[in-house]
Amino acid sequence: MAAHLKKRVYEEFTKVVQQQHEDLSTKKLRLTKPSKSAALHVDLCKATSPADALQYLLQFARKPVEVESVEGVVRILLEHYYKENDASVRLKIASLLGLLSKTAGFSPDCIMDDAINTLQNEKSHQVLAQLLDTLLVIGTKLPENPSVRMRLVEVACKHLTDSSHGVRNKCLQLIGCLGPVEKGVAKEAESQAAKDVQKIIGDHFNDQDPRVRTAAIKAMLQLHERGLKLQQAIYSQACKLLADDYEQVRSAAVQLIWVLSQLYPESIVPIPSSNEEIRLVDDAFGKICHMVSDGSWVVRVQAAKLLGSMQQVSSHFLEQTLDKKLMSDLRRKRTAHERAKELYSSGEFSSGRKWGDDAPKEEIDTGAVNLIESGACGAFVHGLEDEMYEVRIAAVEALCMLAQSSPSFAEKCLDFLVDMFNDEIEEVRLQSIHTMRKISNNITLREDQLDTVLAVLEDSSRDIREALHELLCCTNVSTKEGIHLALVELLKNLTKYPTDRESIWKCLKFLGSRHPTLVLPLVPELLSTHPFFDTPEPDMDDPAYIAVLVLIFNAAKSCPTMPALFSDHTFRHYAYLRDSLSHLVPPLRLPGRKLVSSTVSPSITPHEDPSQQFLHQSLERVYNFQHLDPQGIQELLEFTIRDLQRLGELQSELAGMADFTATYLQCQLLLIKALQEKLWNVAAPLYLKQNALASAAAKQILEETYKMEFMYSGVESRQVVIIHHMRLQAKALQLIVTARTTRGVEPLFGLCEKFLQEVDSFQRCFISELPHMQGSFVDKLLDLMPRLVTSKPSEVVKILQTTLRQSTFLHLPLPEQLHRATANIIEPTGESDNPLRFTSGLVVALDVDATLEHVQDPQGTVKVQVLYPDGQAQLIHPKPADFRNPGPGRHRLITQVYLSHTAWTEPCQIEVRLLLAYNSNKSKASTRIPKSTWSESLEALPPSENGIEGTIPFSKPVKVYIMPKPARR
Amino acid sequence: MPEIKVTPLGAGQDVGRSCILVSIAGKNVMLDCGMHMGYNDDRRFPDFSYITQNGRLTDFLDCVIISHFHLDHCGALPYFSEMVGYDGPIYMTHPTKAICPILLEDYRKITVDKKGETNFFTSQMIKDCMKKVVAVHLHQTVQVDEELEIKAYYAGHVLGAAMFQIKVGCESVVYTGDYNMTPDRHLGAAWIDKCRPDLLISESTYATTIRDSKRCRERDFLKKVHETVERGGKVLIPVFALGRAQELCILLETFWERMNLKAPIYFSTGLTEKANHYYKLFITWTNQKIRKTFVQRNMFEFKHIKAFDRAFADNPGPMVVFATPGMLHAGQSLQIFRKWAGNEKNMVIMPGYCVQGTVGHKILSGQRKLEMEGRQILEVKMQVEYMSFSAHADAKGIMQLIRQAEPRNVLLVHGEAKKMEFLKQKIEQEFHVSCYMPANGETTTILTNPCIPVDISLGLLKRETAIGPLPDAKKPKLMHGTLLMKDNSFRLVSPEQALKELGLAEHQLRFTCRVHIQDPRKEHETVLRVYNHLKGILKDYSVQHLPDGSITVESILIQATAHSEDQGTKVLLVSWTYQDEELGSYLTSLLKKGLPQST
Repeated sequence: MAAHLKKRVYEEFTKVVQQQHEDLSTKKLRLTKPSKSAALHVDLCKATSPADALQYLLQFARKPVEVESVEGVVRILLEHYYKENDASVRLKIASLLGLLSKTAGFSPDCIMDDAINTLQNEKSHQVLAQLLDTLLVIGTKLPENPSVRMRLVEVACKHLTDSSHGVRNKCLQLIGCLGPVEKGVAKEAESQAAKDVQKIIGDHFNDQDPRVRTAAIKAMLQLHERGLKLQQAIYSQACKLLADDYEQVRSAAVQLIWVLSQLYPESIVPIPSSNEEIRLVDDAFGKICHMVSDGSWVVRVQAAKLLGSMQQVSSHFLEQTLDKKLMSDLRRKRTAHERAKELYSSGEFSSGRKWGDDAPKEEIDTGAVNLIESGACGAFVHGLEDEMYEVRIAAVEALCMLAQSSPSFAEKCLDFLVDMFNDEIEEVRLQSIHTMRKISNNITLREDQLDTVLAVLEDSSRDIREALHELLCCTNVSTKEGIHLALVELLKNLTKYPTDRESIWKCLKFLGSRHPTLVLPLVPELLSTHPFFDTPEPDMDDPAYIAVLVLIFNAAKSCPTMPALFSDHTFRHYAYLRDSLSHLVPPLRLPGRKLVSSTVSPSITPHEDPSQQFLHQSLERVYNFQHLDPQGIQELLEFTIRDLQRLGELQSELAGMADFTATYLQCQLLLIKALQEKLWNVAAPLYLKQNALASAAAKQILEETYKMEFMYSGVESRQVVIIHHMRLQAKALQLIVTARTTRGVEPLFGLCEKFLQEVDSFQRCFISELPHMQGSFVDKLLDLMPRLVTSKPSEVVKILQTTLRQSTFLHLPLPEQLHRATANIIEPTGESDNPLRFTSGLVVALDVDATLEHVQDPQGTVKVQVLYPDGQAQLIHPKPADFRNPGPGRHRLITQVYLSHTAWTEPCQIEVRLLLAYNSNKSKASTRIPKSTWSESLEALPPSENGIEGTIPFSKPVKVYIMPKPARR
Repeated sequence: MPEIKVTPLGAGQDVGRSCILVSIAGKNVMLDCGMHMGYNDDRRFPDFSYITQNGRLTDFLDCVIISHFHLDHCGALPYFSEMVGYDGPIYMTHPTKAICPILLEDYRKITVDKKGETNFFTSQMIKDCMKKVVAVHLHQTVQVDEELEIKAYYAGHVLGAAMFQIKVGCESVVYTGDYNMTPDRHLGAAWIDKCRPDLLISESTYATTIRDSKRCRERDFLKKVHETVERGGKVLIPVFALGRAQELCILLETFWERMNLKAPIYFSTGLTEKANHYYKLFITWTNQKIRKTFVQRNMFEFKHIKAFDRAFADNPGPMVVFATPGMLHAGQSLQIFRKWAGNEKNMVIMPGYCVQGTVGHKILSGQRKLEMEGRQILEVKMQVEYMSFSAHADAKGIMQLIRQAEPRNVLLVHGEAKKMEFLKQKIEQEFHVSCYMPANGETTTILTNPCIPVDISLGLLKRETAIGPLPDAKKPKLMHGTLLMKDNSFRLVSPEQALKELGLAEHQLRFTCRVHIQDPRKEHETVLRVYNHLKGILKDYSVQHLPDGSITVESILIQATAHSEDQGTKVLLVSWTYQDEELGSYLTSLLKKGLPQST
């Protein structure tokens, strides 16, 4: 055997290839590169001591091995393995075997027998464990071979009796990963085996080593993950493991119990020490609740997290989790929550606290007090008060999930959530506010709870405040005092943090529209109107006044009696605000104010349809322009673009759609204009100006198409085709223009070829869409393709020119939802007159705060650009952690931009703006086309097509005044 | 039967003067050495003469352990070590060692300088006493001597408070001192591993109370302060220098930070500044939040809290002042109170319990007109609030600790007898462990069942475990060996080695047995039959037919002879050593059944 191997190695080592040439005059000798296996063999033979061998192996492990030589290498290693006396070298070899089996494309079944054989005579536990690990790798590489798996499992079972924990660990892991999971198979033997696997693993739940116990539970969980239905009998075993001394065992056991509770929620288990029985899910819930007060915080986090997903638990048990009976000197005491509730229901609110207010009331029967409830009692009370914030967050999350599925529980957990608003860790506060928002449709806030909630409005953290505004947007308030309180606190917030303006207005908008009837009685007070006297007209620019008006107008929308309470100037202010802050002020039907209502209401209010209709009609009109004269087409396009842009401004819901189409039409318009020039046929170089126009148009169209493709979310493949088509046209235009301006044919060759390649790739990418593009540029072009390929550049250009002129205008279908990515830089505001001074050469940090809407994957695409007055531009990639996601489709970028520059003599302004980076490689088209065509075309694509990267500015630039001072010596 | 004896010299069914004597496996340990706040005579210190009438305490005590720096746990220490006389080691944690002398010095000053007592310990004595202290780290196992070891666990309560495990051999006692199972703004919760001590000595201050969540109290407190400050009023918070004061400071400081408030917060100077310094130092002893954020900013470096000056009290505008002492009975807090009491915009918040007779107690019980010295009548218009911030474990917390530690016995101290009774009953009912609550001077004896470690040679262990099935988890296993008790040590050795060590000759013990079989054939034929028969049955054993006509099964010898009288009866002689007793008796019973009829 060994001799055979050696021969083989030498065969690999040098290969003599004789190449027979036709003339037979010369013979060439070529040496192939020495293969890895041979080199290794030589090294290992050279090694004099185990340490040496180990070194060689370590070096060898650093380099990858080609698929073809894996088997050879494995043989060499095995050969050496049998000879080696040193355990550490054998260990390394065993680990290398595992590593090699992982090589992609290598099928390890050929080495399995050898690997199993090595196990037989191995004495060292460490090496055994490593070998089992290797077998695990081999087994996972051969998923479709059940007999191999069975064999490996058998091997593992044999070694389960090993005295070393490491070996038993690996065996269990192997059984967990490879054990048969097929159930209900026709062959009984197999199902028998499946049963056995569970039993074998179950037997090791009581192993003497905690690591093995953990591994056993993990293996069981692994089996579950792979689809084996665990037996209910395990449940009682798992329950015993909850009292284990070691935290990792308990942690795994909690998981196992959770899995079982999900598998058999409705089966009945007896309660020990009594003859009652309860549902298994309830029992498991109680047990996991118990673990929330475990000694190890890892287990506590685990338990608290899992509680959230146990929604089948009965409400009786669920509500116990918030229960904690208080007592003082053996007398029953009410919790602060209960007292607050009582105070509230007795109508006496905010009474000062007296000493003994919380004095205990009735005596408690000492026998009835159960200090350590075995059930779910107070689990969340403990979890929320835990020392580690990880546990608290997990508990809040669990509360959230449970409350979402049970309204009555939501009502009960409210008090506790409100309490969490005062946690010492901001993350926890934020989390609980978000949680509250998520369950807010299930709850109504009591006044005292609202009070506590509102107190957080003064928090200095912007995240917290904004989360709270979000929360208030969707809360239900029960009384008019509550609304008033909220308004007062929000106004206080506004004076303290004026930057919150927008957020507060938005919050009040929702507050008003949710509670019209509660706002109604407050109107006279809020507007400070008086039945007899005229009151002074408030300042229209006061953000606080605007805030009040936003609340009232939104309430008035569904409360027709309210406008009667308005005074004259209110109506005037309404008209003003309706125009200036149309997103906050809804259209109102105002009696007696025909002026206002006639202009605004009939056009928009009744339905949203008319504007959409308008959009479609105008597009319809455009697409049918074929019969118009060129002049007419241009005019029509211009008017339509204008209309669409205005529509976008008026109707925020349609803005994306309108902008998108307007851009498209703009491209078309540019194209037409460029082609309209009568001077195409004249010798080109004389008309430089005209050329400039055409090439500028081509360039702009290219830019616009990138914008269309990457700045809108919701663009479907149908649109992408059209966009790419437009881009192709622009490129054709570019080619024509270049052809006419440059002398000589040489450079044109390359350009033509490139263009044809692009056409080719277009065809390949959008093959499925081509039938829809009858009569278009590309359609015609593809018909002419055979001619194009063979003809000269000048001819190509000529053909292109005619096709471009003759091609029809493609109808752009609109998707359901289309949103334009927008960004708004909130900070810096650009209003400051005080320059930001810093020493030149050093760095100053500029806080940038911006909201992004409808940006997909902002972490990857959004960049900050800083433009210095000297034209220097700097591109900054914000950290992924700087992006927050306050709601669907919205992102918030809060980051710091580092600026530096050499000294200036006087302060100057720099520009900060946000850019959207794109890469045509990752274009939406490519992700949408079927996988198979993609993978084929991927290799064929020319490199030029792969890497067009660019940026689109998508926010208004903000000017920042800075002043780098010269450094003092 | 070995036993653990516990005698409380103080804190037995009582709060204050904690001092508990424990004797465990021949070692005597004193836990805490506190004073009683209620007495001014001899009763304020534990009666150390209980330990020994004459002769030095050092000879009777192996060590003294102080759980934390509160005076009812360490107040008698200088008296005990310097005046009564003790030179052995005193163990306490690092923060306790740092803060303890400050409090002792303060206590000394009040007693000697203010009350004019003589025969009290001096500053020098405090210093000398502190020199005997050995500081320990959390979870550090300290070997007091070769057998006695102690280990500290985190206890919450105050900075540096610890629970101590005292261990001699396999016997152990855990003393909790004062502890808190719920975290607060500056300290974490007490934690102990599953150490399964023979005895857990737990405090039981709140044995009959289950407290509400801390959050409500904190929120109330902050809301009150915030509202008053917003109104433009002044807030007075009388506190004692250490412990709760720091918690409230942190609470207000973070609130000010969060809410961006500008009103000044003052802290009356003196003791507190020194103490705050130590709080800054011992960050590892505080809770998660402070520990995690101290790299950016040490929470005890207060940004909003400044030192108070007497003149500030008259400043206009809102402010918050922490002033000592906590019960408004004297000092700065009382002075400020007098100045501010007249204005209804102001507020005083009492964060703790007030003793009867103090101004604090009076205003809390609703008195609005106070008679001050010189027949002055002070009308209290300011608002009076009570907030309880206490850092002891409640009944649930105590139960939780017991669940964590899993002791075999529980002993309650540091609480009132009536309340203990309730808790004791609960503990016995729910954990099924016995619970004790001795009064001062009463000795409780707890019988223990310690395990005795025996050395075994690796060879023997491996040999014995290799026999039979795999060692089953946690189940006792039967082993054969010889127990040697020599030079105060136990060893399990193989019999051969034992013989060799003891210089004894080995004696062989053999059992022989005759079995009569009716078989008319010749002897060697009978032997052959027996051989075949045994061979057929005992497949796992080596059965050999020796040339001299005997059969061996393993080491058992079987010979057959014809009966001298009756040739038809053969006598089988079976002989085995006592080690093979099992197989031997099995064989005889097998042979007694007779041979199968040959066909």
